[in-house]
Amino acid sequence: MLTLDRKLLRDLSQLKGQVLAIGLVIAAGVAMFAMYSSTFESLDHTHTAYYDRYRLADVFASLKRAPLSTASRLEALPGVAQVEPRVVVQVTLDVPGMTEPARGLLLSIPEHRRAILNDVHLLRGRYIHATHPDEVLVIEAFATAHGLEPGDPIGAVINGRRRELMIVGIALSPEYVYTIAPGDLLPDDRRFGVFWMGRRALSSAFDMEGGFNDVSLALGPGASSEAVIADVDRLLERYGGLGAIPRRLQVSAWFVANEMREMKTMGSILPVVFLAVAAFLLNVVLSRIISVQRTQVAAMKAVGYSNREVALHYTKLALAVAFAGGVLGVAVGAWLGRGMTSMYSQYFRFPEFQYFLSPRIAVVAVGVSLVAATLGAFGAVRSAVKLPPAEAMRPEPPASFKRGWLERSGLTRMLSEPGRMILRNLGRSPVRTLLSATGIAFAIALLVFGFFFVDAVELLMKAQFEEVMLHDVTTTFVEPTSAAGRHEVERLPGVLYTEPFRAVPVRLRYGARSRQTAVMGLPAVPRLNRVVGQKAGVVELPAEGLVLSSSLGEVLGVEVGDRIFVEVLEGRRPVRTVPVARLVDEYLGTSAYMEIGALRRLMREGAVLSGAFLKVDPAELDRLHTRLKATPRVAGVSLSAAAYESFQNTIGQTLGLMITINLIFAAVIACGVVYNSARVSLSERERDLASLRVLGFTRAEISFILLGELAVVTLIAVPLGLALGYLFCRGIISALATELLRIPMVVEPVSYAWAAVAVVAVSALSGLAVRRRLDRLDLVAVLKSRE
Amino acid sequence: MTLQPSGVAFSAREVTKVYRMGEVEVHALRGVDLELMPSELIVLLGPSGSGKSTLLNILGGLDVPTSGTVWYRDHELTAADESELTRYRREHVGFVFQFYNLIPSLTAVENVALVTDISEDPMDPAKALDLVELGDRRDHFPAQLSGGEQQRVAIARAIAKQPEVLLCDEPTGALDISTGILVLEAIARVNRELGTTVAVITHNVAIAAMADRVLRMADGRIASAERNERRISASELGW
Ligand SMILES: Nc1ncnc2c1ncn2[C@@H]1O[C@H](COP(=O)(O)OP(=O)(O)O)[C@@H](O)[C@H]1O
Ligand SMILES: [Mg+2]
Repeated sequence: MLTLDRKLLRDLSQLKGQVLAIGLVIAAGVAMFAMYSSTFESLDHTHTAYYDRYRLADVFASLKRAPLSTASRLEALPGVAQVEPRVVVQVTLDVPGMTEPARGLLLSIPEHRRAILNDVHLLRGRYIHATHPDEVLVIEAFATAHGLEPGDPIGAVINGRRRELMIVGIALSPEYVYTIAPGDLLPDDRRFGVFWMGRRALSSAFDMEGGFNDVSLALGPGASSEAVIADVDRLLERYGGLGAIPRRLQVSAWFVANEMREMKTMGSILPVVFLAVAAFLLNVVLSRIISVQRTQVAAMKAVGYSNREVALHYTKLALAVAFAGGVLGVAVGAWLGRGMTSMYSQYFRFPEFQYFLSPRIAVVAVGVSLVAATLGAFGAVRSAVKLPPAEAMRPEPPASFKRGWLERSGLTRMLSEPGRMILRNLGRSPVRTLLSATGIAFAIALLVFGFFFVDAVELLMKAQFEEVMLHDVTTTFVEPTSAAGRHEVERLPGVLYTEPFRAVPVRLRYGARSRQTAVMGLPAVPRLNRVVGQKAGVVELPAEGLVLSSSLGEVLGVEVGDRIFVEVLEGRRPVRTVPVARLVDEYLGTSAYMEIGALRRLMREGAVLSGAFLKVDPAELDRLHTRLKATPRVAGVSLSAAAYESFQNTIGQTLGLMITINLIFAAVIACGVVYNSARVSLSERERDLASLRVLGFTRAEISFILLGELAVVTLIAVPLGLALGYLFCRGIISALATELLRIPMVVEPVSYAWAAVAVVAVSALSGLAVRRRLDRLDLVAVLKSRE
Repeated sequence: MTLQPSGVAFSAREVTKVYRMGEVEVHALRGVDLELMPSELIVLLGPSGSGKSTLLNILGGLDVPTSGTVWYRDHELTAADESELTRYRREHVGFVFQFYNLIPSLTAVENVALVTDISEDPMDPAKALDLVELGDRRDHFPAQLSGGEQQRVAIARAIAKQPEVLLCDEPTGALDISTGILVLEAIARVNRELGTTVAVITHNVAIAAMADRVLRMADGRIASAERNERRISASELGW
């Protein structure tokens, strides 16, 4: 081994506390990167393979009813490779042992063969037999939630009549990786299930023989889904087509893609911050080492080491730390990634969800940390390179002190001598002071972000369940009905208040952009299902025009006042232009609203409603549930409390894990920065402090001088960190915003407080650690050494 | 172009050095002419601030003059760029600094090895330590050595690469008499046994007796040069 490398190892072991701290910061950043990217890759790999193997369709379309012959006309469209027509119906389920009704989606599958598209994966049991029309397959999530096994019966209200179905198999489907009821934003495995039933049986139960009301298409190579969708829509228009959508917008695929996007964002922003902080720390520590080793550097050059060799020597120190941190980070990241994947597999259901961390990610992760280290080392090493070798011949000049503005201000006169020393030291190198404060500020900022995330998710849920969804039950009618439907709902047991709604399936079009959605018609001042914006608060619906969630506005590229085409996809299918009256910055989803009267005028219809929101007397809930199960007119019922609960159990859990990880890593960074600052200032001041001790200052007094500096730096860092934290949250929030979810930018004062308190506490602990070193200061050794 | 006279180790002509510190100009050297022969041992005397270190640094390729030319054998140091100067130091020069400048995290023998690692034809580091009679302290760190011992390690470090030139800037400045003599003996031995050209700076007049030639500097110039008829060994020096 070269002697210079031996020096490197000794330097490293002498600096082990600081090296460990920096290594951990790097490891934290790398771990985050490795965790998110490997989970992303695993998920990406898993879902693409799944989609391919089970032939998830490229285009999905629903319609009212078309004769089966239409299928071959669809197949003849340019770009269409395969067509799978089917019957899809929503039913109310009667699950044994459950009082409240559940919603079921029945999909038809061919009896004699497997489906060409959207094939199911059988986990247990067997496929249906053509001879037994009551046989169904059930989706695994629902089966698990109810402990259903092949051989169990399940009741369904089919076309107004209760019918007993027989479960023969438990299945998964690429179409329902993420299972969510139509119109819902959160999964609820107990109250929503997907079932597959023989085509003949389902058709005859719903008078669909010889026809279909849903179709999936696979595209040929190179075909554009937009062109095909336009053709499909034209063809299905007279069969009540509800607008075809590309796979990208298919609910499950859309959720998976959104989640993956979020993962990617987190996986790219957070590690960058960590590695930047690590680079900064390395810079501070290396600068300090090099200034301590000034005469050594000069001597190395004097005896013939070249600038390059000297630079490499110190860069290696940074690289060694980064490499160790990087490798540790990859290991931790793999472990966390595995955990995260298994959490995801709770609500993203795949036949097999294999976690892997590719060598590529490991290499990139370690490589990036090496790059960060090199960048961090660069500035410090440059000062070593610039040092002229003749310096080796000279004794170290005494540090130059000036009476700075602080002292001229007279402020220091009020302080004791140690107090004056603190200020003089800080004022002597204001840039250094500011840099140390910035490092600590970063830690505070990350903590603010960590705490903020907890608040934000809570706030979002609170907003959703305490401000938006004020109803207990949503009932949806099989068909839009007249006022009679409302009276029927009002007479249900326990119903205190009802609010009708009209949901019209539409395609909104503005210029070249379009989005298939539903316009929700609500009273001008909704009371049970309100429209709430992050900044706008509770919004009233204007008498005319559309109210869009801002995210939908972005999708369409519209501003308030723009007139957009509303192509209605039911009934007589009118096409109208409607002005955008308002954009509302909602938290969740991409919705469109209209005042219910305005919507009905647009539809040229009377007092038609699609369903109603109910406020219910809790004591009567059971009786209501029983009645709802037996109400043929009601196709679907969803319960707000249940949705909240299920959110807590799934997404809440995953978010909780992510937040915990963020917080732990933020704490790592806080410790790393603060401990390092303390150690660096100890090494800078060791000699002076030892001299002071020799002159008769007590341990307490010299500790006060050193720790006083640390305290002042921390105090400067706090406001800086809080401001930085705010900016940081904003940045991540806007990067994280998806069509599904927009996290509110509200940082609670307690988050700031916690972040500040945590860092001050870490500061105090580091101070104590340094104080212990200070107490053990070997006066003779310190004064003897020339450093 | 002047040709370097053969048989001369160093040749300096009209060397000046001006340090500029803001408004103030410090004339450290005001025209120095100098020739050093191979295997010669010279002592540079002079009051503090007279330019001794500046001259030595220039000869050693640590610094460059403001004007004038300096040759080392057939290398024109004043025409060399930084990497050529580095190579010159690496291949030809050994330094002994007033403040030892050992690497505190390396043992005595490792401090020597630091230099032999990058030399073409070095001696064994352990042997270099033996030369300065520190063989038994080879695994001690600088902090475990006295000042004189550290200075001897520095000499071992300087001679281990078998340099043609050994430049020592106040090697005994921080030492007491008996330790100083040990250090000077080591330097003289290198000169005698390896034939190294040696320049030693001191302001201790007594040391001059061990030199072939004594140069006195004053105010940036060489004020006088005298040749000793008889060199006496370091142990006979009276401090
Ligand atoms: N790096 C420098 N910057 C400015 N002035 C210097 C520097 N090095 C030396 N000097 C000045 O040059 C003069 C000669 O210094 P030096 O060669 O070190 O003298 P000596 O070694 O004889 O004591 C002194 O006045 C000194 O202050
Ligand atoms: Mg000098």
